Amino acid sequence: MYETNYHRPPSVDEAIKLFANCDDPQFLSGGQTLLPTMKQRLAAPSDVIDVKQIDALGGIRASADAVTIGSAVTHAAVANSHDIQAAIPALAELASHIGDPHVRNMGTLGGSIANNDPAADYPAAVLALDATIHTNTRSHTAADFFTSMFETSLGEGELVTKISFKIPSKAAYAKFANPASRYAMAGVYIAQHEDGEIRVAVTGAGSDGVFRHQELETALAENWSSAAIENIKIDEDAMLSDIHGSAAYRANLVKVMAKRAMESLT
Amino acid sequence: MTTISMTLNGQQVSADVEDRTLLVNYIRDQHSLTGTHVGCDTSQCGACVVHVNGTAVKSCTMLAAQASDANVKTIEGLAVGEELHPVQAAFKEHHGLQCGFCTPGMIMAAVAMIERHGTELDEATIRAELEGNICRCTGYHNIVKSIKAAADEMTGRSSQAAE
Repeated sequence: MYETNYHRPPSVDEAIKLFANCDDPQFLSGGQTLLPTMKQRLAAPSDVIDVKQIDALGGIRASADAVTIGSAVTHAAVANSHDIQAAIPALAELASHIGDPHVRNMGTLGGSIANNDPAADYPAAVLALDATIHTNTRSHTAADFFTSMFETSLGEGELVTKISFKIPSKAAYAKFANPASRYAMAGVYIAQHEDGEIRVAVTGAGSDGVFRHQELETALAENWSSAAIENIKIDEDAMLSDIHGSAAYRANLVKVMAKRAMESLT
Repeated sequence: MTTISMTLNGQQVSADVEDRTLLVNYIRDQHSLTGTHVGCDTSQCGACVVHVNGTAVKSCTMLAAQASDANVKTIEGLAVGEELHPVQAAFKEHHGLQCGFCTPGMIMAAVAMIERHGTELDEATIRAELEGNICRCTGYHNIVKSIKAAADEMTGRSSQAAE
């Protein structure tokens, strides 16, 4: 790891101010992606600004129609939250399978979505649950937030503060985890909302990061069952191909995960 | 350089280190507590697991500065004098180690999982919870057996460990 300067400001305002005054800074939350990246010298921020212990970025609040989670809340806290388990069990379940127990004790929701790793789990939930991403300056819709692999609509020095997930009528997430890293080779999050809207978000498989699968959504809107998925052709051209799996393999995994998610609901 | 202070195994410690110092290196190099191991150094293997404010974390993937002001416990902080912690005793009794390199991380992970699950800790849960700890001697069976035995002893329950 190259040299860096560590800061731990006590508030969001001070974190933003510090960021503006540093040469080439990075916000640090749980650090489960940023620190390995720095150790490999693929990132070399002049300053890391630790926001994990800022009180305003913590907390989980459930209302009648939404669950709002602070950006510095760990995966373990989401997985173990009784409020989330009651309101959106598929979100707690998703969090309980990220990485391993020790990684879940450090890694945070805000860090995960700001990084937008194409194989991360949370982005699928954010899209399928039509979440709103709140930052220190504005709010982003889920549709606008994830722009491309490892890219978001966050501006320079903009910090995610909390994420509000709509509580769906029904939701399920199924992922096929890479046996070594536990990242998703394909993860499918299916949600049926109160107004009848069906959202199907796919992570791990797409060649341009997380995306909504329109054909699966249309098919499930017509027939809410795993049988509806049987005849859907998943387009291989939109799939990622790498040493872990070919595009054809991932296309098939998307279908299988979509069916597994539906089967867990019906 | 920055001054890192923390409670390490119940002792107040402090040292000046570079900001980029990883927690595992701070513990090993500054305080000569070499029980915490660096295995893969890529947050896969879990040989570096320690407890920070009571939760198990991989100390190769945390800056020492992040743990400044925290309460940190390593494998050296488990035994009371000559008396081994029940998890350490169970690993000894049930031959839960071969080369022993992964053992400190395994034991720290085991203590945390027993604290979280209590009497609910069954064999399947133990195996799932060991997802972040790798034993290259592949001695998992006796590790699971050791953790089950320790959990039963610590929670006052008697049941059959993995045979």
